[in-house]
Formats: sequence, structure tokens, C-alpha cells
Amino acid sequence: MLKIAQSADAAVSAITEGSTVLIGGFGTAGQPIELIDALRRHGAGNLTVVNNNAGNGDVGLAALLGAGLVSRIICSFPRQVDSYIFDDLYRSGKIELEVVPQGTLAERIRAGGAGIAGFYTRTSAGTPLAIGKESRMFDGKEYVLELPIRGDFALVKAHISDGMGNLVYRKTARNFGPIMAAAANASIVQVSEIVDTGALDPEIIVTPCIYVDTVVQVDADATHGKAKA
Amino acid sequence: MSFHTVEHLDAAPLNRDAMAKLVAEDIPANSFVNLGIGQPTKVSDYLTPERGVILHTENGMLGMGPQAVGDAIDLDLINAGKIPVTELPGTAYFHHADSFAMMRGGHLDVCVMGAFQVSAQGDLANWSTGGDDSIPAVGGAMDLAVGAKDVYTMMTLFAKDGSSKLVTECTYPLTGLGCVSRIYTDVATFILENDAVYVRETFSMSVDELRSRVPVELLTYS
Repeated sequence: MLKIAQSADAAVSAITEGSTVLIGGFGTAGQPIELIDALRRHGAGNLTVVNNNAGNGDVGLAALLGAGLVSRIICSFPRQVDSYIFDDLYRSGKIELEVVPQGTLAERIRAGGAGIAGFYTRTSAGTPLAIGKESRMFDGKEYVLELPIRGDFALVKAHISDGMGNLVYRKTARNFGPIMAAAANASIVQVSEIVDTGALDPEIIVTPCIYVDTVVQVDADATHGKAKA
Repeated sequence: MSFHTVEHLDAAPLNRDAMAKLVAEDIPANSFVNLGIGQPTKVSDYLTPERGVILHTENGMLGMGPQAVGDAIDLDLINAGKIPVTELPGTAYFHHADSFAMMRGGHLDVCVMGAFQVSAQGDLANWSTGGDDSIPAVGGAMDLAVGAKDVYTMMTLFAKDGSSKLVTECTYPLTGLGCVSRIYTDVATFILENDAVYVRETFSMSVDELRSRVPVELLTYS
């Protein structure tokens, strides 16, 4: 049964110390900034965060890192021109980093939500990122065993939810949202609009409500990329 | 594919735009293509609509159009380099696992990536210099390296110290093994096929001069 939270703060209030939190977004597109800000105010620490990047500027995920609440981050591309908060934490040994090739990161999350115990991929075979991992030859090529990623929680930004939690996204802000919603014990989704159940064409729903636990509507101007530009 | 090696001795070394134009002209019509961040992004400036090339961006889009300007900027619509872009008619959006399944599953015809080093066997190093204080960041490079049917790389041929970036064995951390099929540089274009490195054309220097500076056996097309 979907919970519709009255605020972003209420939506994240169940997140506990030491949780693994899957956080959607690619750069700032699809990053659930209002939920992340609420998590920072909530103050649960020692978090493991899974995100493609390691924060931009000093807002959202970067601010969460800056508040010292994250002890470990799993991502594909932490080093960006505006990732100075992460850079400082990493260089001073205050955060643990696991770098995962982006497609392997996505597939590990997908596997986590799909009940797949592991998969073999050619990605990273023969490179430093395969060191210590089991590998196996298929058709004369080396494949690396990768294990699933699950979260205690997922924070996701979608565009519209209906009253049951069926979701649609906007453009490239979809990115990790659908797979993270499926791979968490509890997925918390911020949207710019909640419409009546039945108002979304069933053919266009991207994330079915079975993967969604909590939805919160936040200021549409803040979530709609166009309005923010 | 067969070529005839050409030496453009009077030409200047290619600048970034000229390299991007050369790559764009070599991309087969109607192919599905991923352009890596940085220098390869420029290739899209030289892909004319008549060519029918469809651009894939790793963050979940096929049919990517030119960079967005002015009112067209939408922060929900960005490319892999996180630059606002536009959508063309026929665009499709999809989530990250699907986007990389397209790569890994061999559905992309060509990807173009920058390189630190490429070996004679087509090994690619382009994600880390391995320095002690460098922050490792791989993004989608390893997935592209194994997934795209053809991997084109773009780089200057010589490092600042004059050493060749086309090498017998990569000394930087590897991105992928035996994946590169073409190397576009400022002074020469190389084709890797039949377990050998062929010079397709040179700019500003002769094949003999290349041979004196590149520690890899260079073959020519007759």
C-alpha cells in the first residue's frame, strides 16, 4: 500500500544509521535533491550511498557528503569538475570509494531488484577493476563475475505518480530511477505531480507501483528541469 | 576494408576540429553511435542529418540532437558530459540498465573515445593515469570498450615529452583489451586489423618519420 508523505522530511524519517541508500540521478538530472536535503536534516550517518557520481557543487548529494553522513560511496564517476566536496573527503581518507564501471553498476542494481545472484560480464576483464574477482571463459572470452547491489532504501526522482505509485519520468532524468526503485527494501520517490489513479495511460508507465513504497510531491519548479533552467 | 596509404606531407597536423571532421566522415551512414565525453563530442558537429547517424548517450537516450541553447535548455535532458542537449524526431528514452545492455549486447555500431594510450594489439587505456593522488573514475568507458562493434579513438599521437601514445604495451591502467579498431591522431590515422597496425594517412610527416618515432611496427596499404 503506497504511503503518500506530506513532506520530504516525513518521507525519509525511517532511514536509519548505517543504511545503504541507492540515490538516483546522473549528475543533477534525476537527482532527488529535496529528498537528499531532507536526509541530511534527518541526520542518520554512516551511510553507504550508491549513485553514479559523487556530488556536484555544494547541493544535494554533495551537501550530504559534506555533512559527514556518508562513510562509503559506490559509483562509476566520482571525479568531476565540480566534485570538490568528495575530492577533499577522499583525499583526506574520510570516505571509502568503490569505483564500478557504469554499466556494471546499473546491471548489479538491476540484478539486485530482479533476484539475480550474480552475472558474468566482459566489462572490466583484464583491467585493474577485475582484480580479485572471479572470472570465467565463455566462447574463448573472459567474463568477470559481478554481484548484485541492493539498498535498504532508494531515493528516486520521477516526474508524475498516480495515487498507487505508478511512475513516469522525464527525459534523461529517468536514468537509474527505475532500477533503484526495484532494488531497495523501501523506495521513496519525489515527484512534481500526483495525479488520480487511472489518469496515467497504463501503456506509458515506466515503474509499476509494486516497486514504490512512499511518494512525496515537491515543488514542481524545483523538480522540473525546464523550469529550473 | 582496404585503403591506399596517403602521405599528406604539406598538410599541417590536424587540430581538434579537423580530427573530429575526419572521424565523422568515416562513421558509416545510418549507424548507431556513442560519442565519449571530451574531444569525441565534437564529432557530432560534423554529422549531417542526411547521414542518418543515430546518437546514443549512456544516460538513457537514442536520437540525441545538438547542444541546447537558450530556451531549449532543459536540465532533465543532458548528455554523458552533463551538457544540455536536444532531442530529434524519433528519440527514445530508457533507463540505465537498458542503456548499457545496448552497449554490452553489441547493438552499437561505433563508439568514439579519447585515449591516453593504445597498444598495437588494440588495448585501450583512457580512464586513469594511475597516479597516487588521482581519483579513479571510469564512467562507461569499460562498457563501451567491450560492447561497441567498432571502437575509434582520438588522441594526439605524441605526449608532451615526445613519447608515442601508440605503444607496444600500455603502461597506464587498461580500459579494455584488444578493443580498438581505429586510431585518429593529429599526424596520422591508423587502422588495426589482421593483428597489425596499418597507416592509412599521415599529416605533416612521412610514414618513415612515423616509424622512427613510434615503437610499433607500422604497415602501409599498397
